[in-house]
Amino acid sequence: MRWVNRTIGRGNALLLGALPLALLGLTYIIAAASRNAANPSDKILPLPAAMIEAMAVLVFEADPLSGQYLFWADTLASLQRLGFGLGIATLSALLVGLVLGALPPVRATFGPTVTAIAVIPPIALLPILFIVFGLGETAKVALIVIGITPFMIRDVAGHIAALPREQVVKALTLGASSWQLLLRVALPQAMPRLIQSLRLSLGPAWVFLISAEAIAADVGLGYRIFLVRRYLAMDVILPYVAWIALLAVAIDFLLTRSSRSLFGWAHKAGH
Amino acid sequence: MLSLNNVWVEYGEKVVLERIALDIDEGAFVSIIGPSGAGKSSLLRVILGQDQPSRGTIMLDGKPLPAECGPDRGVVFQRYSVFPHLTVLGNTLLGLELAQAPFTARLFGSARRAAIAQAEEMLAAVGLSDSLNLYPTEMSGGMQQRLAIAQALIKRPRILLLDEPFGALDPGIRTDMHTLITRLWREFGLTIVMVTHDIKEAFGLGTRVLTLDKRRHDPHAPNRYGAGVIYDIALTRRMAAEAEIEAGITIDKNGNN
Repeated sequence: MRWVNRTIGRGNALLLGALPLALLGLTYIIAAASRNAANPSDKILPLPAAMIEAMAVLVFEADPLSGQYLFWADTLASLQRLGFGLGIATLSALLVGLVLGALPPVRATFGPTVTAIAVIPPIALLPILFIVFGLGETAKVALIVIGITPFMIRDVAGHIAALPREQVVKALTLGASSWQLLLRVALPQAMPRLIQSLRLSLGPAWVFLISAEAIAADVGLGYRIFLVRRYLAMDVILPYVAWIALLAVAIDFLLTRSSRSLFGWAHKAGH
Repeated sequence: MLSLNNVWVEYGEKVVLERIALDIDEGAFVSIIGPSGAGKSSLLRVILGQDQPSRGTIMLDGKPLPAECGPDRGVVFQRYSVFPHLTVLGNTLLGLELAQAPFTARLFGSARRAAIAQAEEMLAAVGLSDSLNLYPTEMSGGMQQRLAIAQALIKRPRILLLDEPFGALDPGIRTDMHTLITRLWREFGLTIVMVTHDIKEAFGLGTRVLTLDKRRHDPHAPNRYGAGVIYDIALTRRMAAEAEIEAGITIDKNGNN
């Protein structure tokens, strides 16, 4: 049978999907073991035991200076920044994207502005944000918001503007005002797209978060990674990176699940 | 009831329709046929209010037609007529909710129960009583068109406009839909304007058949002249059977589809 026609069962899919990851892990362990055999104090490719040992200190033991459990404090701080950033970005993308997509006068007025802001590399704005908002939480959240909102706005607005003309005409013949059209036709159809757009923005959002934390912070996952880099502490950096990946996957999974349960109509077959 | 007075539709240099003068009576079932590109859908869009005529006036009940679509004219398109995010019941309720709740566009309590009763009655009339909670993507093309008709009729429009409503359906379903629309037309006393490609359908359903085509054609400037009404045939229901034969003649005379 040709490959394009192969269907993969659930169990097999899990197995096949796990294979490359397992291979990657195995390769790492072999490489780490061989380096370790040559030089027992090697720091570049630590063995799992060394990682567990290093992480145990951060996870289970309070830091003698601050009295905090550093791993959890970092996670909480980063997730908080990410949450605020994503929340503000999502809400403004929904509001602005809706009116931009559905109301031609608004699109004509603010469309070019959104495009202009969208083409600025957000990291280039980071110094401005630090100057304006100081080095505290606001600047970091603002970087995430500025980084992903323009993309989300354009995505949602584009989706709404591309709704079939027939649908809009139909709503008008049912007596809809502009407000009612926004509320009952545009908004519900924007929601699944908004979640989709948020999922795509998660990657960039993490990039902006880690960047902001690397430059100026005293707690956070990105801060910790860049701090321990000075000591070549790969035994902390690698687990932190894996943890960030795990968090990102979990958030993505939650978003997919909520989209399916809240907006089931958008995921039904035959569309 | 609806009268078009010397209506022209032009897009820049391109003349789509010229000198359209029509009077459509209350209770008429007008079929519009003609070759592709003869402006059938343009005429429908102008009556709908989606496009504006470049010259001429359109009067509904003696008053000039507002320049945008409104609840006095219902429409069923070939596709995309129903909202994918609403169930069958939700799609049908929408017209009532929009009229009765200007701000929230939703009804609650007894108002909602009354609206649901009305919507269920309308859905029973189009044969969708068993599918109230389905989403459009779960339904066949024929069911979606039934829903689109119910959704439009619940507003009791003065005119129902159909733009090739059965064009995408297979022949068996299409026959069922013909029976349905004829029954609804009689029961609700509707005035219908239908654009179709299917000459048999046009003569079978209509009380009046309009044929659009270009009267003049300049081969060096094909957009110079627009289409007009070249045949305007009034039918009685008894004539319908003979009309099918006549339809055959129309094809030969014009070389149209």
